[in-house]
Amino acid sequence: MVDQLLSYVPLSLHVFMALATLTIAGACGVAFSSNIVYSAFSLLASFVGVVGLFGFLSHDFLAVVQLMVYVGGILVLILFAVMLTNKIQDVGTSNPSSNLPMGLGVLGAILSILLAAVFQHDWAVKAEPGPYEPTAQMVGAAFLGEYLLAFEIAGLMLLAALIAAVVVARKEVKKEGDAQ
Amino acid sequence: MSVGLTHFLVLSSILFSLGFYTVVTRKNAVGILMGVELILNAANVNFVAFARYGELPNPLAGHVFPIFGIMIAAAEAAVGLAIVLAIFQTWGTIDTEKTTSLQQ
Repeated sequence: MVDQLLSYVPLSLHVFMALATLTIAGACGVAFSSNIVYSAFSLLASFVGVVGLFGFLSHDFLAVVQLMVYVGGILVLILFAVMLTNKIQDVGTSNPSSNLPMGLGVLGAILSILLAAVFQHDWAVKAEPGPYEPTAQMVGAAFLGEYLLAFEIAGLMLLAALIAAVVVARKEVKKEGDAQ
Repeated sequence: MSVGLTHFLVLSSILFSLGFYTVVTRKNAVGILMGVELILNAANVNFVAFARYGELPNPLAGHVFPIFGIMIAAAEAAVGLAIVLAIFQTWGTIDTEKTTSLQQ
């Protein structure tokens, strides 16, 4: 039975379904878990699923960037924030939700609007998606050619964000003799 | 039936909706930031899916835009979490229903 099913459906669909399940299950964990630490680790599953999807779509450089920045950077930052802002005794209710019926209504409404848009519009699709090929060289040439100005501005923005994060998050140290 | 553009659009729609749900319902400020990350990921999945399957005048854009998206997400996460930590130092909580004023 299972073998028959496997022979009908192409392998790419199985791979896609596995990655999509990982991504959406992770997103569900983020949305519905009542413990913020579980939410953070579900976010890890979701990010890893998206890395796989980027690889599936032959964006290999982007997949590595996603893995390094999201999983290696943003997720660790989020985990630090979770550990620094929650007390150990409120593990069970560290991630409370409000207005569940309204939230589910909004979820259903947005999802139905988006799916209606996806299925009603006639998207211009390529006949053949093209072969899998490495993209790093192409992306590098684009960043130092056509998109150079945007690249420089993005670097400046990251520097500004870095300084802003340090300034906002540091503890103010008051000297002994300071006027109140 | 092989995997096409519609599969990815449906996936990113679900991802976006779950992210939006998280942003709307969470009381924990870090939880809200996680929802924002999900939304940004959904947008990136859409960019990449259109770059691979769609007819685009400039296919390079589909490779470059998601990287800018990831840069924005990194900056947003750093500053957002710094603000959350500052709120926690001031208020002792990051419950968004209790921190309703900009001053102490």
